[in-house]
Amino acid sequence: MDTFAASQGDRESLESVVIRFAGDSGDGMQLTGTQFTQSTALMGNDLATFPDFPAEIRAPAGTTFGVSGFQIHFASRDIMTPGDAPDVLVAMNPAALKVNLRDLKPGGMVVINTGAFTSGNLKKAGYTADPLEDGTLAPYRTLRLDISKLTLAAVESFELGTKEALRCKNMWTLGLMMWMFDRDREPTVKWLKGKFAKKPEIADANIAALNAGHAYGETAEMPSGIGCYTVPKADLAPGTYRNITGNESTSWGLIAGAQLAGLQIILGSYPITPASTILHTLANLKQFGVVTFQAEDEIAAICAAIGASYAGSLGVTTTSGPGVALKGEALGLAVATELPLVLVDVQRGGPSTGLPTKTEQSDLLQAVYGRNGDCPLAVVAASTPGDCFDAAIEAVRLAVKYMTPVILLTDGSLANGAEPWKIPSMADYKPFPATFRTETEGFHPFLRDQATLARVWARPGTPGLEHRIGGLEKGYDSGNISYDPDNHHKMTKVRAAKIAGIADDIPLQALDQGEVGDDILVVGWGSTYGSISQGVRAARRRGVKVAHAQIRHLSPLPKNLGELLRSFKKILVPELNNGMLVKLLRSEFLVDAQGLNKIAGQPFKVAEIEAAIASHLES
Amino acid sequence: MTPHDPPKKLTRKDFVSDQEVRWCPGCGDYAIVAAVQKTLPELGVSREKTVFISGIGCSSRFPYYMNTYGFHTIHGRAPALATGVKLANPELDVWVITGDGDGLSIGGNHFLHLLRRNVNLQIILFNNRIYGLTKGQYSPTSLIGKRSPSTPLGSIDYPVTPAAFALGCGARHVSRAIDIDAKNLGEMLKRAHAFQGTGMIEVFQNCPVFNDGAFTHFTERATAADTQLHLEHGKPMIFGKDRSRGLRLRPGSLDVEVVTIGEDGITEADLLVHDETNRAQAFLLAGLEPPSFPVALGVLYSSPAASFEGALLAQNEQATASAGVGDIDKLLRKGHTWTVSGE
Repeated sequence: MDTFAASQGDRESLESVVIRFAGDSGDGMQLTGTQFTQSTALMGNDLATFPDFPAEIRAPAGTTFGVSGFQIHFASRDIMTPGDAPDVLVAMNPAALKVNLRDLKPGGMVVINTGAFTSGNLKKAGYTADPLEDGTLAPYRTLRLDISKLTLAAVESFELGTKEALRCKNMWTLGLMMWMFDRDREPTVKWLKGKFAKKPEIADANIAALNAGHAYGETAEMPSGIGCYTVPKADLAPGTYRNITGNESTSWGLIAGAQLAGLQIILGSYPITPASTILHTLANLKQFGVVTFQAEDEIAAICAAIGASYAGSLGVTTTSGPGVALKGEALGLAVATELPLVLVDVQRGGPSTGLPTKTEQSDLLQAVYGRNGDCPLAVVAASTPGDCFDAAIEAVRLAVKYMTPVILLTDGSLANGAEPWKIPSMADYKPFPATFRTETEGFHPFLRDQATLARVWARPGTPGLEHRIGGLEKGYDSGNISYDPDNHHKMTKVRAAKIAGIADDIPLQALDQGEVGDDILVVGWGSTYGSISQGVRAARRRGVKVAHAQIRHLSPLPKNLGELLRSFKKILVPELNNGMLVKLLRSEFLVDAQGLNKIAGQPFKVAEIEAAIASHLES
Repeated sequence: MTPHDPPKKLTRKDFVSDQEVRWCPGCGDYAIVAAVQKTLPELGVSREKTVFISGIGCSSRFPYYMNTYGFHTIHGRAPALATGVKLANPELDVWVITGDGDGLSIGGNHFLHLLRRNVNLQIILFNNRIYGLTKGQYSPTSLIGKRSPSTPLGSIDYPVTPAAFALGCGARHVSRAIDIDAKNLGEMLKRAHAFQGTGMIEVFQNCPVFNDGAFTHFTERATAADTQLHLEHGKPMIFGKDRSRGLRLRPGSLDVEVVTIGEDGITEADLLVHDETNRAQAFLLAGLEPPSFPVALGVLYSSPAASFEGALLAQNEQATASAGVGDIDKLLRKGHTWTVSGE
C-alpha cells in the first residue's frame, strides 16, 4: 500500500505496512524488530525483514555510523521483499532520524523519542538545527514522545539503576507499536521470561515497559494523523508455518541433506560475519550427529572438513568472501582428490574486508573460477531465506553423488532476513545414500562411475583398499602420481566433464513469470529473487511483456539456458555486484545480456527493477 | 580373508608400497621411512587403520612409500586435515609427516593448534634446517648466517627451536631422535604411538644436497657420547664416553650446568634426574646446544591429558544422551509455528 491515511476509533484495515525500527546500536533495535516479526508471523501475515546494522559492535553512542536498523514488511497478501520505503520510521535518537528519514515515504509516520534529542546528541548526529523545530519533519506525520522518560516511569518500581532502566525503552516502544498494529504481546512476554530466567527482575521490568507502551497507545490521545491499524491475515497456502532466517534454514538444510545421504556432518568453521550463526546453530545440534570444530583459521577449517570427507564423513565449511579467498588452495585439493565437500559462502560487501555486515553478490566469479589451475566445481545459489534449506540439501546431494566440492552461495540479506516458511516434511525428500567402496578386486582410487564420472569413495579403515591420494596429478588408470602430459590433459578434461555432466541431473531452467516471446527477459540469481519477482509482476500488471528467470545452478548452468536466453531479444541481468552473472552469460552463450548493477550493500528496491525494465525496453 | 582366519602377522615388507622412492641418494628420509616400516609391525597395527598425512616438501612424499592409507595434502596444512580425519573416525591411527618449512613456517599456526589441542595422533617433524624441494633456501630452523640462494649474504633471522616451540604451544609429548640412530628413533616412534594425545617427534635429518652435515657436530658416532644426552625417565642425566659427565641445576639459578662426576666432590646423586612430566625442566633440556652442552635426545616431556577428539565427541554423546537422537521434522517445528488451513 501507499502511505496510509489517519484513522481514529476503530482500527483501520491495511493491506501492507513497512516499518523501520532505528536506533543506536546499543538500543536493542534488532531485538525489537525480531520480536515484532515473531508476533507478526504468528498473526498469519506474510512478511519479509531486512536487518541492517553496523560492523562495530558498539560504535560511539549517538553517532550516525552507530545506527542500527531493522525493517519489516508485512501484509495480507504475499510479499517477497522487505519493502522499498518505510511507511513508518521509529527513530530512537537524532542519528537514527538523520540516517533514515530520507527513505521514509512522503506523508509517512515518524515515531520519535524526543528524550534523546539533547543538544549533544543533535550535534553528534550532525544536526546544526533541531529537526523537531526547523520544519524538517513537515512532510511527515509525527508522534513525538519522551520514550526515555515514559520508560523510566514504567519501570520505577523495579528500582533498577537509570542505565538499566533505560535499556527497557526498546520494549516500551515495541509495546506501543504492537498496540498501533494490533500485534499480540504474549510471544514477547514468553521470550523475555525465558531470556532473563536467571534475572526475573529484569524480565519483569521489560514486560512492564512493554505493557506500558501498549497501554499508552490505548489511553493517550494521539495527535492528528496517528491512529491504530490492523493488517489481516495473508492468504498463504495451507500448511504449518514458522518464521525462519537464512542462516537457520541453511543449517537445518545441511543436517537434512546429511541425513538423506546417510552421513555425519563434520563442520570446520572459523568465525566470520555474516556466516557465524551457522556455526552457532550447528554447534547446538550435536544430537543430530553434527560435529562442529572451530578451527584456528579459514584454511584449517576447510582442511579439517576435507580430512573428514576423506575419512568418510561429510565435510562442511561455512564462511564469507574473505574466507573463500583463503580456502582457495584447499578447494583445489578437494577438486584434485575428488572428495565431497560443501562450502557455504554467505556473501558480503567486498573487496577485502569491505562491508562485513552489508549484503552483496560479488563472490560469484570467485566461486565459479577463483582457484589456481583448471578447477571446476558445482555452485548453487539460494533465493530466499526459506529456500536456503532446499539449496543446502541440493549442495549436499551434488557433493556426495559427484564426489566434488560444492559452493552454496547465500548472502547477508538472506542470512539475517526472515520470512514465513511453510515447513516441509522430511518424508517428501528422496534419500540419496552415499556408497563406499569395499570390493578390493580391480580397485584403484580413481576408478570412475561411468555415468556420473564420480570416483570411488574408499574410506580409511577398509581392508584391502589402502591407497594414497594427494594434490599431485594422478594417473587416470592407476591413481598413482603421474606427470605424463597426455594424462594431465585427460584428467583435466574428465574433471571438467564430471561437473558439466551435472547439467543432466538438475532441472531445466524455467521461467518464473512470463513466456518465450515476451519482449524482455530479466535473469537473476540468488537473493534478488524477491525484488525481481515483484518488479516483473508490477511491470506485467502495466502490460509490459516481461519474463523472469532466476538461476539456482550457476555451475554447471542448466542445459537449456542458452536456448532460452537466445529466444529473447533483450536480456536484463540485475545483480548486487558490478556485473558477474552477466559476464558468465555473455561468455557462455554469446548473448547480448545487459547488466543492472547495484553495489550499495543494500538489496534492490522493487521500483529500481521496474524502472530498469522500462528503460531497457526503450533503449 | 574370512573372520575365521587368524590375523596375519605383518612384517616390514607389508608396509612398503609399490612406489619407487624418489628422494636423493643419501637422504636421511630413507632411514626414517625404514625405521617406520620396521616399527609398525612391532606396534601390532593394521595397514587399513593406519593413515599417513603429509604437507608439502621432501619429507611429505613419505605417504606414497607406505602401503597404508595416505594423504599428501597442501603446504603446511596436514595437521588441520589430520584433525578432521580424527574427528570423523577416532579409531584411525594417524601419523602426520612434516618438515621444518612445512610445519614451522607456512604451517606454523596449524602445528601450534594441533599440539595445544592434543589430538590423538603422532607427528614427525623432519628437521633438516633447509628447504629441499624448492632447492635450498634457508628455513626457520636454519642457523643465523646461513648462505642460501635466497640469502646470498647469510640469513639474518634467529632460528626457532622446534622442541621449545612445541612445549610453548602446550604440546604434551615432545621427543627427539636422529635419522640414522635407528634404535632410538624406533623407540621414539613407539613412545609417541603409545601416547594418548599428540606425540611429537623431532627428527634431526640430514639433507646431503642442500645442507649436508648440519648436525654432524653432534651426530658423528665418534663423538656422539660426548655430544648427546639420552634421556631416560627417572634416571640421572649422565653422558660422556666414560659416563663421567652430567647435568645439574646451577646452584642459585634456574639453569643447568655440565659437571664431572668425581670432581669438586660431585657424585651421581647431585645430578638432575629426568622427570618426563616436568615441563619447566623440559624447556631447559630443549634449549641445550653444543658446544657448551650435549643435545638432549629421547622423550623430553610426556604428560598425558584427554585427547581433543575424545573430549569433543564426548560432548556430542552427552548432547545426544540428554536431548535424544535428533529428529529433523521435530526440529523444524520447534518454537513458534502456526497452521494455515485450506478453505
